[in-house]
Amino acid sequence: MSDHEYTPSSKFGKWFNDRLPLLTLANHLTDYPTPKNLNYWWTFGGILTFCLITQIVTGLVLAMHYIAHADMAFSSVEHIMRDVNYGWLLRYVHANGASMFFLAVYIHIFRSLFYGSYKSPREIIWILGIIIYLLMMAAAFMGYVLPWGQMSFWGATVITNLFSAIPLVGESITTWLWGGYSVDNPTLTRFFTLHYLIPFLILGLVVLHIWALHVPGNNNPVGIDIKKPSKDTVPFHPYIVIKDAFALLMFCIVFALFVFYQPNILGHADNYIEADPLVTPAHIVPEWYLLPFYAILRSVPDKLMGVVAMLSAILILAALPWLDTSKVRSAVFRPLFRQFYWILVADVLILGYVGAMPAEGLYLLIARVATAYYFAHFLIILPVLGWKEKTTPLPLSITEPVLGGSPNLAAARSDEKIEKSIK
Amino acid sequence: MSDQKDEKKTNRRDFLFTATAAAGVVGVGAAVWPLVDQMNPDASVKALASTEVDVSSMQPGQSLTVLWRGKPVFIKRRTDDEIKKARAVDINDLKHPEKDEDRAKNPEWLVMLGICTHLGCVPLTDKGDYDGWFCPCHGSHYDTSGRIRKGPAPTNMEIPKYEFVNTNTIKIG
Repeated sequence: MSDHEYTPSSKFGKWFNDRLPLLTLANHLTDYPTPKNLNYWWTFGGILTFCLITQIVTGLVLAMHYIAHADMAFSSVEHIMRDVNYGWLLRYVHANGASMFFLAVYIHIFRSLFYGSYKSPREIIWILGIIIYLLMMAAAFMGYVLPWGQMSFWGATVITNLFSAIPLVGESITTWLWGGYSVDNPTLTRFFTLHYLIPFLILGLVVLHIWALHVPGNNNPVGIDIKKPSKDTVPFHPYIVIKDAFALLMFCIVFALFVFYQPNILGHADNYIEADPLVTPAHIVPEWYLLPFYAILRSVPDKLMGVVAMLSAILILAALPWLDTSKVRSAVFRPLFRQFYWILVADVLILGYVGAMPAEGLYLLIARVATAYYFAHFLIILPVLGWKEKTTPLPLSITEPVLGGSPNLAAARSDEKIEKSIK
Repeated sequence: MSDQKDEKKTNRRDFLFTATAAAGVVGVGAAVWPLVDQMNPDASVKALASTEVDVSSMQPGQSLTVLWRGKPVFIKRRTDDEIKKARAVDINDLKHPEKDEDRAKNPEWLVMLGICTHLGCVPLTDKGDYDGWFCPCHGSHYDTSGRIRKGPAPTNMEIPKYEFVNTNTIKIG
């Protein structure tokens, strides 16, 4: 972390910093050299931090009014909506905040996929990110159960039953998760506890995620290694801070449009009906951000294999740094990869769409093809592309394409393919 | 430490390490178990008594859903047609081969857990390609005996322990 020596200017600052180097940390964060060509796709890290803090703050105050009991949860949520001062606002911000959080995280993930930010030396940042993403899904799922509406109850039933697919111990694990023989009050109280805990685990992981980021520094749209600090970098403050703040403002406008104009459009009307263990809603759908994985689950006609496929779809991402064999990071210099990247984006959107549709006929067929393609992208296309694709020449620095300068082969990375492409 | 040969041999210190580690594992395990086991069904949940259901008013073709241990139980008084359909099936064609005779001891009455064996939804009665039950969640079709015929569910719907206390009353559990 010590990019350079730092001494606080005031006497008290120096005294304090010698005992707890908080000011050194603050100085590191301020001066942190950042690639000067970062585009707006790089602002979602800051936006995600904002989302996490929004969820923690609104969640904390909602917990002051919510009652985690099967008989009272539903009406306590209505109490928040009708009686609590600004309760409607706090709950709508929290509920839509979850969707905004996922919107931002998907953009953040697909930015990494495009610019190869998961590649060496950033594998640990990437894997920490996947763990955060998994925890986010767990937190979102449990949070959705708390209002104890019909979708809450049946969503919880379907998801906890996924564990019953495990051979031999599946049933016992499901009973253990429920604390009974079905989703009931014990399930609700433990979900509330875990829903409260997970955001703080995420917060801790975010600190590690940023710490790991600050070791090699940011990747950038060109995807080449740069010298830090140099002509290719700018200090984090004020350059990136202002850019992030502007993007955050734009993001908050979208957020506010949902909260104030369409607060229920991302939810499901059935969740305003209190949970009834005797009636399953005609069409169970998870929240939009889980739909692609739900489509994968349903596309496999076997219970255990369906669950395995769904989990693999997420866990395969953790292996991505080793599945993508290309040494060139940014898709800007990978003409073939770029096309497959957009096909993958379309594939995931299609999976999301069919996940919301009934699992039959043409929808099922589309889901199966899209599921097969999803896995083929990571297991076949990416490894093969790494040695088949002819990449275009990489610049030697961020400033080089703008300010000119002859390519200096000695300074280029020793990768054979890159050198060849420069010749 | 001074003698290299001594280090490679198992000595008394190795024994102490192993013994300490083993005692530590047992101790931590004993301390963690209550934290894990508290999540299992508690005494009040386990104590839930069996349910008795009055079926005197049910006509052939009608079905009833009752709650037992927080789960729905389907009680169906089957018509002759439905019984015939269920018994005519070649058992070798089934994904989970079970004779209707074994599932409904009294052919007129089918009592089973109304829970789809796929992911636990409650199937809809008198629906689906086999005129039995249809699960709207992921499209499993069950026949008039509650056996899985089409879709992702792995097994037939479960038959709970039940008995006729008298001609009008079924006791589940």
